[in-house]
Order: sequence, then C-alpha cells, then structure tokens
Amino acid sequence: MSEINYKPSSAIGRWFDERLPLLTLFNGHLMQYPTPKNLNYWWTFGGILTFCLITQIITGIVLAMHYTAHADLAFSSVEHIMRDVNYGWLIRYIHANGASMFFLAVYIHIFRALFYGSYKSPREVIWILGILIYILMMAAAFMGYVLPWGQMSFWGATVITNLFSAIPLVGESVTQWLWGGYSVDNPTLTRFFSLHYLIPFLILGLVVLHIWALHVPGNNNPIGIDLKKDGSDTVSFHPYIVIKDLFALVIFMIVFAGFVFYAPNVLGHSDNYIPADPLVTPAHIVPEWYLLPFYAILRSVPDKLGGVVLMFGAIFILIALPWLDTSKVRSAIFRPIYRQFFWLLVLDVFVLGYMGAMPAEGTYLLIGRIATIYYFAHFLVVMPLLGFLEKTKPIPLSIADPIISGSGNFAAARKDKSAV
Amino acid sequence: MNKKSDYKDKPTRREFIHIATTTVGVVGVGCVALPLVTQMNPDASVKALAKVEVDVSRISKGNEVTVMWRGKPIFIRRRTDQEINKARNVSLKDLKDPQKDEDRVKKGKDEWLIMVGVCTHLGCVPLKQQGEFGGWFCPCHGSHYDISGRIRKGPAPVNMEIPNYEFVSDSKLIIG
Repeated sequence: MSEINYKPSSAIGRWFDERLPLLTLFNGHLMQYPTPKNLNYWWTFGGILTFCLITQIITGIVLAMHYTAHADLAFSSVEHIMRDVNYGWLIRYIHANGASMFFLAVYIHIFRALFYGSYKSPREVIWILGILIYILMMAAAFMGYVLPWGQMSFWGATVITNLFSAIPLVGESVTQWLWGGYSVDNPTLTRFFSLHYLIPFLILGLVVLHIWALHVPGNNNPIGIDLKKDGSDTVSFHPYIVIKDLFALVIFMIVFAGFVFYAPNVLGHSDNYIPADPLVTPAHIVPEWYLLPFYAILRSVPDKLGGVVLMFGAIFILIALPWLDTSKVRSAIFRPIYRQFFWLLVLDVFVLGYMGAMPAEGTYLLIGRIATIYYFAHFLVVMPLLGFLEKTKPIPLSIADPIISGSGNFAAARKDKSAV
Repeated sequence: MNKKSDYKDKPTRREFIHIATTTVGVVGVGCVALPLVTQMNPDASVKALAKVEVDVSRISKGNEVTVMWRGKPIFIRRRTDQEINKARNVSLKDLKDPQKDEDRVKKGKDEWLIMVGVCTHLGCVPLKQQGEFGGWFCPCHGSHYDISGRIRKGPAPVNMEIPNYEFVSDSKLIIG
C-alpha cells in the first residue's frame, strides 16, 4: 500500500493529514486496500463481527447506566430495565441476543478459516490473535451471564469458577481469590461486572491488531493461492467489499432482529428468571449454547482434573493449528481428503454441542466420549498426517487463470509451481 | 572494548548498573502488584462472618436441616441407628476417598453428621435421600454420596467436607 499516493481533497484535510495522517490511514486500509476479487460470502463475517462488537459495547454502556451490581439488587435492577426503563427491554434483548449472534458469526468465521486454510503461513499471527479474541469473548459472555443474578447465573458461576479448584495444591486458594470469599457472592458479582465492562475494550484492541496483521499479507481467498503482484487479482476494498459486506450485514441483521423481536428468550434459560438461591441447585445446569461443545468435553472425562485439562486443551490446541497442519496447500477445494475430515469436524462439534445439553449418562456419555476423541484426533493425528498422505489437486496459477483459460491450464500451472 | 576482555570474569560498571536498575524495577513492580492482587482475596467483612450458632434440639432422628455458613449450605443430619450401621458396614476398599465414618463425626455424637453440603466436583448442592447409596446425589454431573457423605460414584474426587464445629451444649452447635 506504500505505493498509493494519497492526498486529501480539502485544504483542511491536507493540513490535518500532514500533522496526523489519519486520513491516509483510513484511505489505505478502508478504501484502496487491495482485496482478492474472488472472495465469497463466507468472507463477510469479519465485518459482521465488527458490527456485533460495536453493538455489544453501545448497548452494554447503556445498560450499565441502569444496572446495579449488588447481590441484593442486581436481579431487580434487571427487571427494572425490562419494565421501567424506556426501551430497556429492547436494549437488553439486543445485548443478550447480541452475544449469541456474536458467537454464531465467530463460529462461521473460524470454520471459514479452517476450510480455506487461512491460518497457514504467512497468516499464523492473525489466527493466534483471533483465538485470543475468541477466548476473551467466552470470558466476557460468561461474566455477562452472571450479572442478572438469576439461578443459572449463580450456578453457572459456581460450576465454572470451581473448575479452577481442580488445580493441584493451590486450587482452593485460587478459587477463593476469584470469589473474594468462600463461595460465589457479592464480591464475585462486583468484580465480574468490572471485568465484563473491561473485556470488550481489550477485544477492540486485539481486533485492531487482528486487522493490522491481516493487512500485511492481505486476505486469503477461496482458492488459497498467493496473489499476482501486478494487482490483476484484486479489487479495491471500497466500494466493492464495502457494499458486499453491507449486504451480508443486512441479511444478518434480519436474523438478529428475528430473535430480538420474535424469540428473545429462546436462546436463554428460563431458570435465569428465578433469583439466585445458594441453597438450591437447578435440576439441570447447562451453559449457553455456544459453550456446550466444551461443556460436553468436560463431562466426558470421569476425572475432575482430567476433564478440566481436556476442556481448556480443546480451546488452546487451536493456537498450535498452523504447525499441526503440515499441508502446504491452503484451500480445502484442492484437498479432497481434508475436505471430508473438515465436514466430519463440523458434524463432531454439533454432536458435542448436543451431548453437552443432554444429561451426562448412558448413551449420551458414550457418544460424547467418542466425539471428544475425534475432536482431538482431528487436530493431533489427522491434520499432521494428511500433509504427507494426501494427494492434492492441481492448483491454478492465479485467480484469473482458471476463469480465462479453463481447466486445460491446470497441468501447466502445476508444472510451473513445482519448477519454482 | 579491549578493556572488557581483560576483565572477562569481572562485570563492568555498565553491566552492574543494568542489573541493579532492573532488579530495583522488578521489586518495585512486584510491590505495586501485591496489593492489586490481594485485594481480590476474602476481605475483613467476609472473614468476620466465619462462625454460626445453631440450635439442634428440635431436629428429630432421621431428619436434616440446612443452615448457611460462609455462603454455603451446611447439612446437619441426625442419623438413625440404622443409617449409622449402614455407613459403618462399608468396606474401605469400596471407597474412592477412603475414610471411616467414625472419623467424619465427633466421638459420642455419632448420630450427628455435619458437613458442607457442596459437591466436591464443581460446587453444586447435592439432593438428600437420593442416588444409589441412600445418601446424597448431585444433579449437575451425577455424583453419588453415601449416608456418611462419602463419594461412591461419579466425577467428584473426594468426600464432602467436614467443617470445624463444636457442640457447646447438647442443643447448641457452633460451626466455624
């Protein structure tokens, strides 16, 4: 982008840009930024996720104006928001369903990266930053779910913080430190509120780094090849990608609004409309839907420490993915075997999610265990081996190549590639 | 630079200043971090609630009451002779966390089982008189406890905790 010679059109713009080149920055990254011309709709979720983050921050700031972070008052202050505050019901439903929409979009975004090999060299750092954002998202969502101080809030917080008691030797001190007491209580609620307010801004910072790291090598694309240097494979970000992203965003907002206006509680749990009671555990504790696969992994291990280690391992293993995948070919379009395993992984995650929502016994437990084994085998066995065993399809020379010359050029392209 | 090689084993003044400055800096950061980290530990007002007093005279045999202590439920169960016998006839080999029933009650007060009613797996409150061993059953992740509160089946690693407690008289119990 350094070759772009940009000058703001207005005199004030030029005066300001010479002193702080913000306009040059925006022009380079949001206007002229060269984007592969074959990006499909799976690539619109980055923009959708940015929208989700901004929505959560704005609605969250507004909710904090009416919410009271105290164990005796939190539940009724949420009811106050729902009944008394002007449009409080709307703002809270957007915030609560917004969390689910955020995770829906991030899962599509992650699986898109898995299918098209977007995590591979030279994009490892983008991927790792993305996983860190995902981990922070889970922390923020968990703490946010605690704030209404309903039964699921309280017992979800109890179960999740108790995960840390599995740490040998210091487990109990760590959990008491997290609680600020001997059980989940008011000190826990106030610190969760503080951190819940902080984390979105940390995410925002990581998003800036994520985009910065993305704009160094540029976007991956559906056929996963490096772009030609002459710019014939790219279009400018504005207006081409901006308009496409906006169109996808509008479709996404329709789904979002569908939940907010027609089924605002369908993704939540009715037990959370009962005030927290430390003496009564709900008969069936389940986390929010987006955490169910990890919950299933936790429960599939009959040992406490083992379950906790495997659950966190299932998340952190993703960080090592760029090095676990030994194949040089990025896109699954040219990887006939990997493509089948990819869909098996998608199915596996859905199965884990379903098992996480079911009671941990009998057949459910057995299926959950098999699905857990496959989850780890996919990353630790299948991905490293496929790089050596799989016969990939010929890769086109450029994005323009297969469209203009037809498949006849594939062989030549491949020959050319191996010569390099 | 030549001078440096002459005194190979001796640190230079510059190296000394680097190490000294870094050390002081690290200690300083540690001192600042300490209050910021420990402020999250249980505070004085939480610790002040460390004891509760219970009148147990109205609990009849085979019954159980639950009181709150440190934000957690405490099960106070006055066990029947049958229940005590059942708890004592279990072989230690059958237990995941071997402990005699005698060691879980006060001597001479064998009928009183007083324990923290929190599942040692992930902190749920077990349900009384349920499960396969006639004791407690945790609905969250399926841990079964016997009538002595010992873990028999399921993911919980250890028996339910016995708090510090004392009978100051036949009817008065102090927990904590």
